[in-house]
Amino acid sequence: MPLLQVSNLHVSYGSIRALHGIDLEVEAGKIVTLIGANGAGKSTTLRAISGMIPSEQGAISFDGHSILGTPPHRLLEQGMAHVPEGRGIFGNLTVEDNLALGAYIRNDRDGIRNDHERVLELFPRLKERLKQSAGTLSGGEQQMLAIARGMMSRPRLLLLDEPSLGLAPQFVQTIFAIIREVNQQGTTILLIEQNAHMALQVAHQAYVLETGAIAMRGPASELAASDEVRKRYLGIA
Amino acid sequence: MTQLLQTLVDGLTVGSLYALIALGYTMVYGILRFINFAHSDIFALGTHMTITIAAVLGVKAADAAVPAWYIGPAVLVLSMLSCGALGFVIERLAYRPLRNAPRLNVLITAIGVSLFLQNVGQLPMFFGPYPRAIPKLTPDVVLGTLADVNFRLVDAAVIGTAVMLMLALQYLVHSTRLGLAMRAVSFSHRNAALMGINVDRVISITFVIGSMLAAAAGFLYAVRYEGQAKQTADAMWVMLGLKAFVAAVVGGIGNLRGAMLGGLIIGLIEFFGVGYLSSNYRDAYVFAILIVVLLFKPEGILGRATMEKV
Amino acid sequence: MGGFATVLLVIGINIVLAVSLTVVNGFTGQFSMGHGGFMAVGGYVAAMIVYYGSLRLWGSANFAGGFLSSASGDGAWLAGGDVLFVVACLAAGLAAAGAGYLVGLPSLRLKGDYLAIVTLGFGEIVRVVLQGTAPQIARSKADVVRETPVWKLATHLGGAQGFNLLPTYATLFWIYFAAVLTLIVVYRLKMSSSGRAFLSIREDEIASQAMGVNVTKYKVRAFVLSSFFAGVAGGLYAMYLGAINATDLGFQRSFEVIIMVVLGGMGSISGATLAAILLSILPEVLRAPPPVWPAGLALLVVMVIIQKVGISFGLTRGPADGIVLNIAISMRSLRRSWKFKPLVIVAGVTMALETARLVCLQQQIDIAQYRMVLYALMLIIMMIVRPEGLFGVREFWDYLPRRRAHSPSGPVAEASA
Repeated sequence: MPLLQVSNLHVSYGSIRALHGIDLEVEAGKIVTLIGANGAGKSTTLRAISGMIPSEQGAISFDGHSILGTPPHRLLEQGMAHVPEGRGIFGNLTVEDNLALGAYIRNDRDGIRNDHERVLELFPRLKERLKQSAGTLSGGEQQMLAIARGMMSRPRLLLLDEPSLGLAPQFVQTIFAIIREVNQQGTTILLIEQNAHMALQVAHQAYVLETGAIAMRGPASELAASDEVRKRYLGIA
Repeated sequence: MTQLLQTLVDGLTVGSLYALIALGYTMVYGILRFINFAHSDIFALGTHMTITIAAVLGVKAADAAVPAWYIGPAVLVLSMLSCGALGFVIERLAYRPLRNAPRLNVLITAIGVSLFLQNVGQLPMFFGPYPRAIPKLTPDVVLGTLADVNFRLVDAAVIGTAVMLMLALQYLVHSTRLGLAMRAVSFSHRNAALMGINVDRVISITFVIGSMLAAAAGFLYAVRYEGQAKQTADAMWVMLGLKAFVAAVVGGIGNLRGAMLGGLIIGLIEFFGVGYLSSNYRDAYVFAILIVVLLFKPEGILGRATMEKV
Repeated sequence: MGGFATVLLVIGINIVLAVSLTVVNGFTGQFSMGHGGFMAVGGYVAAMIVYYGSLRLWGSANFAGGFLSSASGDGAWLAGGDVLFVVACLAAGLAAAGAGYLVGLPSLRLKGDYLAIVTLGFGEIVRVVLQGTAPQIARSKADVVRETPVWKLATHLGGAQGFNLLPTYATLFWIYFAAVLTLIVVYRLKMSSSGRAFLSIREDEIASQAMGVNVTKYKVRAFVLSSFFAGVAGGLYAMYLGAINATDLGFQRSFEVIIMVVLGGMGSISGATLAAILLSILPEVLRAPPPVWPAGLALLVVMVIIQKVGISFGLTRGPADGIVLNIAISMRSLRRSWKFKPLVIVAGVTMALETARLVCLQQQIDIAQYRMVLYALMLIIMMIVRPEGLFGVREFWDYLPRRRAHSPSGPVAEASA
């Protein structure tokens, strides 16, 4: 049974229909990516999954339980962390406080301390900036902080919304390396990206979203090789 | 010298009251971005609860005797608890349904709540339409005299209690898990929810804490102005509340240390103005300072400059 | 003068106040909490001119007006007193407009709540300063008034006692003259290009700046215009009461006007007018509530007529370039479905109010005691149930069924011969 299963999901903004009937499966231990053009409904899908916007119709189940209508702050307890578009870090707080907020729902002091160390090993740059206000970090560092913070809740599934958006090219490489590393340490990832090229490289499974519906699905390597994806999303004729 | 010292003592005492009230304004503003006009009425109800609870505990305004030492703290705790509960109910019934409404609507609602509290308080079943006298809660003890200025136990009690409460709040906000959640919610409700924080609960708690601090200020007001008679729908409460709000803005709204500093500054300015310039313009000094601060440093003394988001 | 006439006068003054505040709070979306202060500036200026002016000119501060200003109805249409009164009201408006300019300037730097606080502070300073002025010079001392220079007279404004014993010139005629004038000016403004600039600032200041709207100019202009009428309203208020006291014109007064604007719907002129009328009557009505059902029934009938028969209102430019109010009545086709929800709401509310009233009568509960509590509750419930106010940004005629398509700028249709 997949860790996350979405079937026939419909979402509207007022009278505008954003998603019509999305089916999506995320197997445990995998990286699954959802690619598509601007406005195709990628972020909407993610927000609907994490309960930030209401769904009209359809089913979402996580680990066998229906999570439709569950408020976002309860999903974290069930093991699903969402790193939103624009990173969602708390600029008024220090890096350390941001990481502590990631572990807000946990009570095991020792476990939190261990994860704190583990995360800082993964992101050595953050270690130098622990006492610094998070608002003063560069875009790439903020993205690292956002992912690190997402891991602090020890999620089984990490939802990443456009982690490479607005980053310098060398940071993009680093972020994708980290995503792969996080996955290898055992976290399942649902990744939303405009940078289809990089996303298809790291992902196991991929979905292509077009105007609110799934247009293509399959193993990432197969999609990367398909003519249509190459033409429309990778810019290779 | 005498006048200087006396003004200093008065300014600090009243300033610490302003600071306590300002904290409530600043906390609510920090988390919900609106001016809670009903806050001054919670403060007024704090004083009235003090009178009522003291009467229940057997302390009447007409009594000449000083009550036992534990009566004061007991009254303080009980009136803080009752006003905290009131703050919870207000947020739940009046403000929560407007969570996503335009801020002006929330502001008007706050004015409505303020009018409601004032006039409900005037009903015969509550505090009645007539001014009620404040009983004596602390003994007349002079702790020390310097240059003919008596430093009374009352002043020490007011300043001491206020400082203790402010330290407690400072600890709560900066060193506990709840405080971390409060700071996160004040930055962004959406992101805080993604951290697993129950935003509605944090907002409720913020209102309760703010209301408790206002109640404490109401109690301390009663301690300082014993023997005076007050009713709930008196413009004086709103004026005191407004000055406390000015204190929060002058210090930098949304900033706890700013609210404390602002309270002391406003208290001192008011009393120095009255003592050395003219007592006619008592309220004008405070608002003049407000306008000067807002024109030259709109974010307040300790506030951080923020750009309007594009 | 009877109680009813007094309420009518209060309504007129409140219309001027609410409609003028709509310009700042409704059109440009700035938030001013100092309307009471502008009213006080105007009121005192007018009081000073009329009182000391009368003493200087005629040696007496007795009423010296003509037919339009008097209840007795004799004498000439206009007399010297009226002229003085009108001049005083204009001066009141100009003085308040000057103050509005001063307060409008910081609005270039401040936004949202901060501007609200500054205007609130301004209003309070005005109040405190007026309360600190020297005592009024008595009516009997006309010679003292003649010898005192004008600038010195301006410091004798009565202080905490207020400025009293003014001749009362503000009759129904003058007050509704001012109210209609305000309505016309503000309505013309809303439909003009300046009005669109105001609304664009409200929606998005940065975007309108990018579109070439001089945000600064329009914001200050809105403040000046709004405070001009607030000053006039202050003058009318002083001349209707025969006295003015700054204590009554503090922030509570400003709040009352803001509540009218918000209840009416931000930016709706007819909404602000209706709210001013309702809120002026409401406290009186709650004092001794009359039966509600006739009004409820009448409203139901009107709603049925509008739905079923279809009356359309419109202003049309007539052949001689005059504006003609045109009302057309037509039977609607029977296929058109009923809208039951508003009817049910009106009927339900009427029944609930009537029941409550009867219970109170039966149990001998004095509603007057709960008047302010009910008022406050209504305000809160209104904000929760209908946050956009009665009409939102629209005008009431926008809700009526129409016969013809109107031009987008409003109900003044293109020439239709």
